[in-house]
Amino acid sequence: MCIDCGCAPTDHHHHHDAPHSHEEHTVQRRKTISIEEDILAKNNRLAAANRTLFADKGIFTLNLVSSPGSGKTSLLEMTLSALKNEISFAVLEGDQQTANDADRIAATGVPVHQINTGAGCHLDAHMVGHGLEHFNLDAVQMLMIENVGNLVCPAAFDLGEDFKVSLLSVTEGEDKPLKYPQMFRASEIMLINKIDLLPYVRFDIARCREYAERVHPGIKIFEVSCYSGEGLDEWYAWLGEQVSAKGLMVRSKG
Amino acid sequence: MHELGITQSIVEIALRTATGQAATIIHSVTLEVGALAGVVPDALLFCYEACSKETLLEGSRLIIEEIPARARCRDCATDYPLVDLLTCCPACGSAASDLLCGEDLRIKEMEID
Repeated sequence: MCIDCGCAPTDHHHHHDAPHSHEEHTVQRRKTISIEEDILAKNNRLAAANRTLFADKGIFTLNLVSSPGSGKTSLLEMTLSALKNEISFAVLEGDQQTANDADRIAATGVPVHQINTGAGCHLDAHMVGHGLEHFNLDAVQMLMIENVGNLVCPAAFDLGEDFKVSLLSVTEGEDKPLKYPQMFRASEIMLINKIDLLPYVRFDIARCREYAERVHPGIKIFEVSCYSGEGLDEWYAWLGEQVSAKGLMVRSKG
Repeated sequence: MHELGITQSIVEIALRTATGQAATIIHSVTLEVGALAGVVPDALLFCYEACSKETLLEGSRLIIEEIPARARCRDCATDYPLVDLLTCCPACGSAASDLLCGEDLRIKEMEID
């Protein structure tokens, strides 16, 4: 409030009998200051720090995203059991509550750390950065991050991973890529899981592939069953290639 | 509801800026939100009221300016407006495109005393 004339800053009309200039007011005048700051800048900075750390250590990192129940933990159990003698893994588990998934991963013998987000609907780069403190990163070749089961929110948050991997199970409906385009656009890889159930459910794989391709041209798709094991060899082979490529990148630096 | 985390970042940046400017009143905070940024403006407004309580931002207005999305066709290089991520190229019908803009999520400016 201007102490000279008593007019409120929000109602600053010169209605007085004796006009005076704004400069005579003893309060600051309303001003617009330009900020132009990315709202996710802090997360992106921390994600970049994570990415640099992964690059320095030669750690290939995947961020697994899907709706709850698509089979992320089952995929991890199968993958870790099959490859743990060839690749040294670490796993970060994200869930709102419980350590149920971390307990399942621990049973495979692979180092795992559980992050409980409480009310949070996604992991962010800050949580992942602190989660990494629980591992000896010099001994890790591949980090798997299991995000909170949610096809919406995790899409917006870079964790510093090499790729986001979307899982979609055949019980969910083939139009998920169209319904949640942000997530499938952000994912370089898509796994169609539970293909052993195809005889019992209405799910058109060709249409699902077409929808995913519309949202994300060039998306790499694997068709797998974490129950029967079908299709997983192709996935394992791809993982092996990625891990050795990342390891070679580090060696070539030295 | 990732809008809550995003709003907390908005409040953090706005309060930091206000302190730097020795502001005594914050009238408004203006955002630029891309049509494909994946955030719901109404949810931001709802969270803003909650997150700004008992801070210098309480009672200030959150103004959201929507930035339309545009893409460039990978096949014929046409620039075109995107209504959503499924819009195909109006010139050749291709679905393969690169986003030019529309994912923005920025604090543009603040009005302060």
